[in-house]
Amino acid sequence: MTARRESLRRIALTMGAAGIALVVSLLVSTVVLLLSDADPVEVFTEVVEYGQKPAQLVNMLNKGTGYYLSAIAVAIGFRMALFNIGVDGQYRLAAMLAAALGAAVSLPAPLHVLMIVVVAMAVGALWAGIAALLKVTRGVSEVISTIMLNAIAGSIVAYLLHPDRLAVSVAGSNNIGTEPLPASARVPGLRLAGTESRVFGMVIVAMLVGVGYWVLLNRTRFGFDLRATGQSPTAAIASGVDVRRMVVTTMLLSGAVAGLVGLPQLLGASYTYGLDFPAGIGFTGIAIALLGRNHPVGIALGALLWAFLEEASQILDLLEVSPEIVRIIQGTVVLSVVVVYELVRRYTISQQQRSVGEQLAAEEPAVEGARA
Amino acid sequence: MTTSLEKPVATRLRRGVTPGRLSGRALLAAGVVAFGVLSIVRWTTGENQLTSSGTMTGALSLAVPIGLAGLGGLWSERAGVVNIGLEGMMILGTWAGAWAGFQWGPWWGVLAGLVGGALGGLLHAVATVTFGVDHIVSGVAITILAGGLARYLSVVAFVGEPGGGPTNSPPVRRAMGTVTVPVLSGGQVGGWDSPDLLRTVERTGVPVVADLAGVLRGLTHHVSHLTVLAILLVPLTWFVLWRTAFGLRLRSCGENPTAAESLGINVYRMKYVAVVVSGALAGLAGAFLVTVASSNYQEGQTAGRGFIGLAAMIFGNWRPTGLAGGAALFGYADKLQLSDAVHPLLVIVALVLAALAVRNILRRRYVAAAAGAVLAVAFATWFFVTDDVPSQLVSSTPHLVTLLVLFFASQRLRMPAADGQPYRRGQSG
Amino acid sequence: MPVPVPEPVAAGADAAPAVVLRGITKRFAGIVANHDVDITVERGSVHAIVGENGAGKSTLMKTLYGMHRPDEGTITVDGSVVTLSSPADAIALGIGMVHQHFMLADNLTVLENVVLGSEPTRAGVIDLGAARRRITEISESYGLDVPADRLVEHLSVGQRQRVEILKVLYRGARILILDEPTAVLVPQEVDELFDNLRELRAEGLAVIFISHKLDEVLSVADRITVIRAGTTVATVDPADVTARDLAELMVGSELPVPELRESTVTDVVQLEVDGLTVRNADGRAVVDDLSLTIHQGEILGIAGVEGNGQAELVEAIMGMLPVEQGEVRLGGADVSGWGTRRRREAGVGYIPEDRHRHGLLLAAPLWENRMLGHQTRPPNVSSGWIDRSGARADTERIVQEYDVRTPGIDVPAAALSGGNQQKLIIGREMSGNPSVLIAAHPTRGVDVGAQGAIWEQLRAARAAGLAVLLISADLDELIGMSDRITVMLRGRLVADADPRTVTPEQLGAAMTGVGTPA
Repeated sequence: MTARRESLRRIALTMGAAGIALVVSLLVSTVVLLLSDADPVEVFTEVVEYGQKPAQLVNMLNKGTGYYLSAIAVAIGFRMALFNIGVDGQYRLAAMLAAALGAAVSLPAPLHVLMIVVVAMAVGALWAGIAALLKVTRGVSEVISTIMLNAIAGSIVAYLLHPDRLAVSVAGSNNIGTEPLPASARVPGLRLAGTESRVFGMVIVAMLVGVGYWVLLNRTRFGFDLRATGQSPTAAIASGVDVRRMVVTTMLLSGAVAGLVGLPQLLGASYTYGLDFPAGIGFTGIAIALLGRNHPVGIALGALLWAFLEEASQILDLLEVSPEIVRIIQGTVVLSVVVVYELVRRYTISQQQRSVGEQLAAEEPAVEGARA
Repeated sequence: MTTSLEKPVATRLRRGVTPGRLSGRALLAAGVVAFGVLSIVRWTTGENQLTSSGTMTGALSLAVPIGLAGLGGLWSERAGVVNIGLEGMMILGTWAGAWAGFQWGPWWGVLAGLVGGALGGLLHAVATVTFGVDHIVSGVAITILAGGLARYLSVVAFVGEPGGGPTNSPPVRRAMGTVTVPVLSGGQVGGWDSPDLLRTVERTGVPVVADLAGVLRGLTHHVSHLTVLAILLVPLTWFVLWRTAFGLRLRSCGENPTAAESLGINVYRMKYVAVVVSGALAGLAGAFLVTVASSNYQEGQTAGRGFIGLAAMIFGNWRPTGLAGGAALFGYADKLQLSDAVHPLLVIVALVLAALAVRNILRRRYVAAAAGAVLAVAFATWFFVTDDVPSQLVSSTPHLVTLLVLFFASQRLRMPAADGQPYRRGQSG
Repeated sequence: MPVPVPEPVAAGADAAPAVVLRGITKRFAGIVANHDVDITVERGSVHAIVGENGAGKSTLMKTLYGMHRPDEGTITVDGSVVTLSSPADAIALGIGMVHQHFMLADNLTVLENVVLGSEPTRAGVIDLGAARRRITEISESYGLDVPADRLVEHLSVGQRQRVEILKVLYRGARILILDEPTAVLVPQEVDELFDNLRELRAEGLAVIFISHKLDEVLSVADRITVIRAGTTVATVDPADVTARDLAELMVGSELPVPELRESTVTDVVQLEVDGLTVRNADGRAVVDDLSLTIHQGEILGIAGVEGNGQAELVEAIMGMLPVEQGEVRLGGADVSGWGTRRRREAGVGYIPEDRHRHGLLLAAPLWENRMLGHQTRPPNVSSGWIDRSGARADTERIVQEYDVRTPGIDVPAAALSGGNQQKLIIGREMSGNPSVLIAAHPTRGVDVGAQGAIWEQLRAARAAGLAVLLISADLDELIGMSDRITVMLRGRLVADADPRTVTPEQLGAAMTGVGTPA
């Protein structure tokens, strides 16, 4: 069993699992469509065509960027069996404070953007750090604490986003938001042929984060410690990992990446954090991390799929299908994916044991399992 | 996620440590002390809302969904399945409850809520018990799915109905009936206007006595039938889980499923039953929201109460009585938040922090004591310098209280030994 | 639920045997665990099944207890062929099993553990009075003394085993399976257990006794069946065979003997523990003002009934547990304030008691497991970056040198047998020039071949001048492999023993606090 053959098989199995999950979700959505008197074939054809138009592709990429960052933030925790359900609160607080601070200072272009990025990462990390401290000092489950911190972050944002404090009225609407960012703090978009819309420049940052995530986890000692802690906290402790410190570091790291989640939108399109700033990306990130199985490429595919489904929902209205069906599809995809992955995992383990048993038996007829 | 959690909640990192237990007596004592403090603060600040019967009525109806969700968590976790999908099951309960309720009345809504939640529980059981998916992952996925499903179904079922829309249902037909204890809390018996003794006492404002009257009246005046049922479910759960053969078998699956299996118990079946009951209870909490706490389904109505219910269960050390205490605490915090009476809470927080600082001094933990003292002074200053707490911040009071409570309680907790661990038949031993 | 009434022992050849297994074959994921097993167990007898670890004894007994179905073969109980699809079926037929790893819920009381699944009820409510009466009745008639209302977590190992036996008798079992029941008992407790077994036999029960300890088997059994590589190779009468004959049948050769050659002890102290106290959460001192020293080239054995603080002592030396007071010195340097990683880097090797919990990442490939505990050092890591080729090459070396049977270094650790996992761990811990080796139950659950190899490695470590701390529940191993033995009881070292003269019985007495060794 060579390493390469082994990893090829693993990739094939993963892809197969994702395929099965997709088929299950398509079946479920077909049933739902039939129940709501729509023609599934027509709907699917229209949706796929619509999704391939350049403007929609740009939207997909732009939405997907935030989703991707969010899923990576979640995945960092997942790899060490730490559930950061608080990405949502972390990115909202981070984006809001970074937007307010970014508008309050003036700096040359690259530095200005850098400062906003650093502030956002720091705020995200600090907010996540609260959950980490509660866990290591008092043993409070991060699952519960991050959920509570989401709500608390929400009310802090609501409190600060008030004309008496950090917000101003946005011209031409009854929305309020932070002071708009000056040009030096905006990240220019990238062109895509066939459309006027631009792809967020932060796509590149997201890619770098993905690469960094992979390298950190698979090529560094820190990543090894992190994965070891995730697989077996007891064995990690015995190997000399300071698990408490790992919890804090990992949570800070996850929070720092979470701090980036709102920036593609902030620095590439809205330039202000207003009442209408997208919320809920943190939860989407959990779903996408599960879809992508914590692998940076898998997560990228998952983020694009998710964004595609949301884009597609816009055309459903025209087809007289309720766009909410997309949320059912998304939910079904996630649930079937986790089930299928678990089945594949079990299958892989039993296959491995079988093949190890067979190879050892072939090498040496006298070991256990052979006839005496 | 290919890894499994050794012990997902609370004590995972505290290896080799057997936590002490929260005894019922200690809990009672804490309750009595807290009540005394509350009464004194009420008396000195003149903030009568702190213990008024109105506040208590409101707190009760806010505590019920949290407590029901917590009971749901208890059933499931006692059988070894962590149920973070309670929130999703509650969402299913609200939708189903409103759907049946607006057509046929509140009790049909209750029944539909139970069924809706139970279906969510069934899904969780299939994923975690049959397919061995990580419990938290499955719970999160179910919550995501439930949100989408409720939205979709609302569009299908509520749009076009009078008062209905994509994010809300038409009002539930008829309100659920209530009970009032005559003589004590007023109301009418036949054509006779009963006296309302407790209210008279409450109005005197005498410390402790008036507060006690407020609490009692809150529990006996215009209490909905479903609330009574929900309160009865607490002792019933205790009886079923701790006194019957069925309950012992169910709990054994949460403590050591392999041992249960070796004695011929069908662990899968027990876990299925537990998780489905768990979902049904969460669904009932949802039905309560649409039939008693309000009168229709609104998107986002559950507002994280499923999660707070889970926190109440952890606070209650995986026991029904403690859980009820936790739910009451969270419901109370939520009610103060809604009636904008959080300000006097600041002084209570300051007092608690000061008490803890003193305890830390006695235990020679000076750094912790100093931190506590500084915080206590900060809260006291906040109380004396301001007249109210900004409404946006107030809304997170229950969440903040949850965090504080877990911060102080979580080290004395003991979860079921095999809670959250994957189990497969014939795999170990 | 009937009380097991003593029955006259069935006499004559016409009485049906209690259990007959014919041609039992069981495969797991392609591996044959049992094949063509034939065993006949008579009523009123103790029937031993011996075989080395991994020979398939436990798999066979799980088959008989309905925990899985055989792929081939028949099971006959009291003369009729039966199909067992769950333990419930086995229990209904009067089969009971005492598992090697106790199947008890710590957070439930003795009573709850005993009645679980067969509760006396009135309208679904447990009849506690009736349950308590029956438990007292059985404990008294078989001399099994256990407190019914205690939580199991507060019981000693011996008491837990009695609860297990009580569980089986409570269900009216007439056929009793005991899987390696003596592994965690001291000799005196073993004698008590054997007295219990003889009593059960006298009452006409069939007892199936699984073990790999040949002396015990010879002393208690009426018949002995030997299992080797998954199948039955012989059934013999204990009167006709010696331990040597049994070993020959079991592994085809003599069993490896735990013994040391000439002393290599120096007067250089390498590991020193001084006044160490560790408290558990309840504030009890689980390691209580304990001091010890180990010299270079010396193996210090610690004897003790499980749960007397040995595990905590090891974890405190490794820096895994917070220490209340006391010092740990390594080669003269005070390392008390150091974390686990720094101690490991300073040359402490660690063979943990529970390799699955503390020694391995079961789902990770072997080469990553080779890095575990050594993830700061070459050849695995250089300046923070994983050196894949270095780690892989060194894993290959360990696989070669320590004879780890594996098809490659990319298979997950879970796929290896216990013995091979342990050899990998020892190879790993011996790399990087250790000066101290902490070995907790190093041969537990491994096959005879690996056992011999591990002892050889311990001898080599001693010869190379390491200071070795050896903890074992196997008193023969402890006596054979130690230069010095000390007995641990309730967190303290209560007695020293000279391994050249001490007997297991004397050690057992000291371990339970009833006597001192010679």
